[in-house]
Amino acid sequence: MGNYYQPEIETASREKILEIQNEKIVRQVKYVYDHVKYYRDLMDKQNVKPEDIKSVDDIKKLPFLSKDDLREAYPYGLLGTDLKNCVRIHSTSGTTGKRVVAFYTQNDIDMWEECCARAIVAAGGTSEDVCQVCYGYGLFTGGSGLHGGSHKVGCLTLPMSSGNTDRQIQFMMDLNATILCCTPSYAAYIGESLAERGYKPEDNKLKAGIFGAEPWTEEMRQTIEKSLGIKAFDIYGLTETSGPGVSYECEEQTGLHINEDHFYAEIIDPETHEVLPDGEKGELVFTSLDKEGFPLLRYRTKDICVLTRKKCSCGRTHVKMSKPMGRTDDMMIIRGVNVFPSQIEAVLLKEGYTPNYQIEVDRVNNTDTFDIYVEFSPEMFSDKVAEIQHRERDLKNAMRSMLGIGPDIHLVAPKSIERSEGKAKRVVDKRKLH
Amino acid sequence: MAITQLSAFLENRPGMLCDALSAITGAGVNIRALSVADTKDFGILRIIVSDPEKTKEVLGDDIIVKETKVVAVRMDDRSGALKGVLEILKDAGVNIEYVYAFTGGSKGNSYVVLRVDDTDQAESILAQKEVKTFNDEDLLDYLA
Repeated sequence: MGNYYQPEIETASREKILEIQNEKIVRQVKYVYDHVKYYRDLMDKQNVKPEDIKSVDDIKKLPFLSKDDLREAYPYGLLGTDLKNCVRIHSTSGTTGKRVVAFYTQNDIDMWEECCARAIVAAGGTSEDVCQVCYGYGLFTGGSGLHGGSHKVGCLTLPMSSGNTDRQIQFMMDLNATILCCTPSYAAYIGESLAERGYKPEDNKLKAGIFGAEPWTEEMRQTIEKSLGIKAFDIYGLTETSGPGVSYECEEQTGLHINEDHFYAEIIDPETHEVLPDGEKGELVFTSLDKEGFPLLRYRTKDICVLTRKKCSCGRTHVKMSKPMGRTDDMMIIRGVNVFPSQIEAVLLKEGYTPNYQIEVDRVNNTDTFDIYVEFSPEMFSDKVAEIQHRERDLKNAMRSMLGIGPDIHLVAPKSIERSEGKAKRVVDKRKLH
Repeated sequence: MAITQLSAFLENRPGMLCDALSAITGAGVNIRALSVADTKDFGILRIIVSDPEKTKEVLGDDIIVKETKVVAVRMDDRSGALKGVLEILKDAGVNIEYVYAFTGGSKGNSYVVLRVDDTDQAESILAQKEVKTFNDEDLLDYLA
């Protein structure tokens, strides 16, 4: 048996969970219908009224929301309450440059932080622990989510944010950090850096790590666990629903328990939109059950997963999702940041380049590399090296301000990017993530 | 005055320079002067040739070629000759982007190609100081 943050709900009977969900969904749908015109219009168009939703079984009658809807409704179209009731905004990149902006009331923040607290406790966290948070703080949800969760558990929180590995290691060693929260690739990098400095895995006081915001494999888990001498737990979430903590791993490490009292999960066939039974692979769809600032009903995550309600040895009764097995769209997650090829294309066109490009992503020493090869046009060519390097730098900066991370730009000769059937292959992802 | 320089974009992989040069010489064009600037991803080939039009024609399909006017100066082949030219430009505040030298033609002369921010200004200042610069035709004559 494991440790729980809120045992009464985490280990509630399936009947109890269903009862909570049924009660909440009726309220949430009515709330959304009353407050969010964008979604009310979608429901009206589909001839669904709030009264038609009497239990979670009726969720299938509701219209879907996608990232396109979020773009269309940007920035306030899906807001669920007056701005004066909201206390925070987080944001993530959208498909074509428009960012996704999510609003949080204090209740939303509390709910989200409780979800993160459950994840920390499931990883063995208590008020005795020193929790080092090296997810990025700011618009990105990673830092704030785990930070808030760590406070709720009562851990001594080290709000490190990302980067500056020397300082991370100094604090980790000097202040005896016991729990590490960051992206799995950064955890692996810290493991290597410790070894380079002559530390053995048993030299640190870490016991657990909570790693998310990007896909990772079992092999990577083993590498991290060995190099840091810890148990490594996955955590999943997205800004649209709240942030990390929508689901999290327990000590069984065989899937992520979804916080079902706050998020109702469905798996659908991405083509037919039919709801699939447990055990079948399909697109993960979330319906928030008690959100105020940014309530989303039937939001299509585009992550491909499997759900299971098999009994878990940890004692938790909440449904488990597999690690995401892929995407239904072309979104890449590079160094924890969502990147769409369409964003890159938009920058190239805006900066006067041809849309002939290739993105190459790889993982070298557990860190993502991100290279963009762009075909030169004759007008851009110069006999002066400085002028061309200046162009590369400008393009890199434009990419960074759009994407949040800076790719390495390589200008190549016209017509030199490989085309198959006349169409260039846009993305070469050499990482083995799934 | 000023002479025509062609610059060509070369990807940084084996054989690129060789292929470009064999296309040029294959068309019967003579290369008078050459320099290559290299970066991590690509090189820029800069050449003075006997027939710029023909060169553009043979390279043009596969390689980006750009035409630029540059200043060509003839100097005595002796120590300090280039320094004298550079001092004139320095005093006039002309900025030099890059420079390369070559020898040839009549004995005892060397030539230098100067890419400057203002070609016309550089030429008129050099003319005032009686430094010989060339245009395309007389460079051909001198180097014949």
